[in-house]
Amino acid sequence: MARKRRAAISEQAKAAPQIVARNLVKTYRLGGSVIGALQGISVEIARGEYLAVTGASGSGKSTFMNLIGALDTPTSGSLKVEGRELGKLGSDRLALYRNEKVGFVFQTFNLLARTSALDNVALPLLYSPRGHRNARDKARTCLERVGLADRASHQPSELSGGQQQRVAIARALANDPHILLADEATGALDSHTTEEIIGLFEELNATGITVIIVTHEPDIARRARRRLTFRDGQIVEDAA
Amino acid sequence: MNPLASFRVAIAALKVNALRSFLAMLGVIIGVASVIVIVSVASGASQAIEARIKALGTNLLIISPGSFTSGGRRAGEGTASALSEGDLKVIRASVPSVAAAAGIIQGSAPLVAGSSNWTTQVNGVNEDFLEVRDWALAEGRNFTETELRAGAKAVILGATAARELFGSASAIGEQIRIMNVPFNVIGQLAVKGQSGWGSDQDDIALVPITTARRRLFGAEQTIPDNLRQIMVEIVSAEEMADAQAEIETILRDRRRLRVGAPDDFRVRDMADFIRTRTETQSILSLLLGATAAISLVVGGIGIMNIMLVSVTERTREIGLRMAVGARRRDILSQFLIEAVALCVLGGLIGLAIGSGAAVAMSVWGNWPIALSPALIAIALASAALVGIFFGYYPARRAAQMNPIDALRYE
Repeated sequence: MARKRRAAISEQAKAAPQIVARNLVKTYRLGGSVIGALQGISVEIARGEYLAVTGASGSGKSTFMNLIGALDTPTSGSLKVEGRELGKLGSDRLALYRNEKVGFVFQTFNLLARTSALDNVALPLLYSPRGHRNARDKARTCLERVGLADRASHQPSELSGGQQQRVAIARALANDPHILLADEATGALDSHTTEEIIGLFEELNATGITVIIVTHEPDIARRARRRLTFRDGQIVEDAA
Repeated sequence: MNPLASFRVAIAALKVNALRSFLAMLGVIIGVASVIVIVSVASGASQAIEARIKALGTNLLIISPGSFTSGGRRAGEGTASALSEGDLKVIRASVPSVAAAAGIIQGSAPLVAGSSNWTTQVNGVNEDFLEVRDWALAEGRNFTETELRAGAKAVILGATAARELFGSASAIGEQIRIMNVPFNVIGQLAVKGQSGWGSDQDDIALVPITTARRRLFGAEQTIPDNLRQIMVEIVSAEEMADAQAEIETILRDRRRLRVGAPDDFRVRDMADFIRTRTETQSILSLLLGATAAISLVVGGIGIMNIMLVSVTERTREIGLRMAVGARRRDILSQFLIEAVALCVLGGLIGLAIGSGAAVAMSVWGNWPIALSPALIAIALASAALVGIFFGYYPARRAAQMNPIDALRYE
C-alpha cells in the first residue's frame, strides 16, 4: 500500500515541473545606480532536463543560475524548486537545500587547496545533517563515478585542470543532488577535456539528474536538449 | 558539522600558516607566561610574609604606653606613664586566658668579647619571654627563676650578635662584657631572619630583667619597676578579642582614667599587622595581575587581527563551504574554534614557559613561589576566553557573508 502511494506521489512529482520561476526579478545596487540583472522572467524546468543557458556576459544567465542554487536571493517574484519557495526559506533551510538538492560546478573549480581530492569530495557530507559515518566511502564512490579513483590522495595542485574539474563534479554528486548546476564549467579547459566533462554531464543526466549548464559556447549549448537564451535580464529564446 | 570535525579543520588551517599562527600566538604566550610568573611570585611572596608574621605569634598581645595628653596637646607614642611590674602581675592574675606574659625593658649597649665588640639591643626579660615570643634556642638554656630572682649575670645572644662576637665558634660558656659588666653566655637563639617590617630579629641580647635594672639601665629608669612593653600570649586566637578588652579595662582602672578619656596605652595584636600587610600585598597583586591581564588583552588583539586577515583571505573558501551546505553557525564555529585553538595552544606554551621560569626562579633565585593548579586553570581558561572574545567578531564576519559575494571575491 505504502509503496503504491509513494509511487503515486513520485508520479505526480514527475508530472509537476521541478523548477518554476514566475516574474522573477533580481536587482543589484552598484554605487548609486540600480542594475536589473533579471527583469521578470518566467520559466518552468522539468525533472531530468538537460538545459543550456546562454547569452552575453551581463545578460543575467549566471544570476538565474545562482538563484536556482540559492546562492543568492530574488528581489521579487517567485522561484519554486520541488515545491519550496526559495525566497521564503531562512538561511539554515537554504543551507540544507544547497547541501541536499543541488550540486555546483564552477569555472574555477573552487577546490580547497592542500586538501586531498577525497577530502574535497567529502566536504558536502561533512555538512550533511544525515551524518557522515561513511563519508570517505561515499566520496570514493563519487570519485570512481568520474574516473578518478586512483587520484583520491592527490591534492588539487597535483592534478590537471580536467582532473580538478572532475573532482569538483564528484563533490557536486556527493549528496546525490537532484539538480546539477554548472557555471561555465568548461571555460578554463581545452577542447579535449571539455569534451570529457560534457560527456560526463550527459552521463549524469542519463541517470535522472537535472543538468543546467551556463555557457557562452554555442557548440556546447547545442548539445543540450533545451536552450534558454538571455539578453538584458530577459529570456529571449527558449528552444528545444 | 560536529565539533571534532570542526576542530580538525581548524588545526589544518592553522598548520597551513604555521609561522603566522605562531607569531599570532606569541602575544598570548607572553601574556599567559607573565600571568603565571607574576601571580606565582606575588602569591609566593605573600605566603612567605604571612608565614613570617605568623612566626611572630598570632596569639600575641603587645601592650605599650600610649600618648601623654596635656591641655589638648598629645605628646605621641610612649610618652604616657610607663607600665609596671604591678600591671604585669595583675594581668597575669586576673585574665584567665593569658598563657604567659613577659615584661620587657630595652636599651642599646656595647657587647665586648675579647677583642671584638658589637653594639646591639639588650632586652631585660623574664623566663616567660621566649615562650611568649615563640622564640627557640639553638643552643644552651633559658634563664631560671633563681637567676631572675638573684639578678644573675647571664645572657642569651641572638644569632647575629653571637656571630659578630664569636664568628662561627660556639658562644656558650664564654664570657662577654655588657657596659663593662661581665656576663656568662648561657644560650643562643635560633635564626629567625628579618621581621615582617625589615629589622633583623637576630641582632639582640637577652638578660634577666632584674639584672638589666640593677646593672645596666637602672639609672635611666624613672620608676623603679617600670616596663617598656608587656607581651602577653593568649591561649587561643578565639580568646584574643575578649582578652584584649579585659586587659584594657584593667589598665584603665589601674591608671585611673576617667570615663570618656582616651586610653594612654595601646594594646595591639599581630592580626592588625597581618591585615595591613595583606592589604598592601593584595593591592600589589592586583596591580601586577592587571598588568598581566593587559598583556593577555594585547595578545587577544593580535589574535583578532590575524583572524580577520585569515577570514578575508579565505573568503572564497567560506563561499564554497556555504555553497556545499555549510550553515552560518558552521562557519562561525569553524573560525571560533580556530581562534580558541590558537589561544589555548598559545596558553599551553605560555604555561610551560611561565611555570618553567617560576620554578627556575625558586630553584636558582631562591624566590618563594606558589604555583597552584587553580592558577594554571585560570590562566588557561582566560586564554580560551580571550580566544572566544577576540575570535567572535572575525568569525561572525565570516558567517554573515553572502554566499555568492564570497564565492566571487577576488
